[in-house]
Amino acid sequence: MKIQPFAHHEQALKFRELRNEVLSSNIANADTPGYKARDVDFGTAMKNAQLGQLSMQRTNERHQSAPNANSIGASLQYRIPMQSTLDGNTVETDVEQAAFAENAVQYRATLSFLDGKIRSLRYALKGSD
Amino acid sequence: MSLFKVFDVAGTAMNAQSVRMNVTASNLANAGSVSGNPDEVYRARHPVFATFGDALASESGVGGVRLEGVIESQAPLQKQFQPDHPEADEDGNVYISNVSTIEEMVNMMSASRSYQNNIEMINTTKDLLLQTLSLGR
Repeated sequence: MKIQPFAHHEQALKFRELRNEVLSSNIANADTPGYKARDVDFGTAMKNAQLGQLSMQRTNERHQSAPNANSIGASLQYRIPMQSTLDGNTVETDVEQAAFAENAVQYRATLSFLDGKIRSLRYALKGSD
Repeated sequence: MSLFKVFDVAGTAMNAQSVRMNVTASNLANAGSVSGNPDEVYRARHPVFATFGDALASESGVGGVRLEGVIESQAPLQKQFQPDHPEADEDGNVYISNVSTIEEMVNMMSASRSYQNNIEMINTTKDLLLQTLSLGR
């Protein structure tokens, strides 16, 4: 029997890591004219990860890599601003901060799931705590 | 670990915001300065931010903030007739700097808020990293 105890949690953790990075870039560029805020969608990323469509294989260096696709198969989408600004910046700091906090909590949730898995595996191996 | 990139991104943003604070301080300090020659009067300065590299086209879409330059405001100077002023020109006029104190105060608040946002971001990410390190203990 092949045991993959961390299968989905590993993907989820990678996704949360990427989203943390994208959202931090949004917040950092809150005052940059012309910057377009972006985000990644968890549902799409998870579906792609489960289907195994991670990224296109490049067997020749002249092959082009798929645009906007990263190692976990999530593609970046532009955020539609609720209020547009004259300088072309679409970052809304409050929206981004809410998303950042949400993402941080979900990262912690994934970490605690992983922690639980590790604990139960260790329990099964040792027979005691 | 791509979480480490957040420190770079937030660092560049904090750097940019601190330049903005410095420029604002310089503007406020020189608000109301006077000269008889309109070319020598202090003009309000404003930093221009840009995104590091071509973040919009890059795969991860992550980019810090870069300072593109500091521009001088082209707003008109205020001319005042003060013939007894030591700096006055031959017509008795002096020119007052075009710094808008209210605008600068707003700029200062905005810069300090953005700076705080970046610090919060670093703290949260640091917590996440430390928690990841203690996984399975």
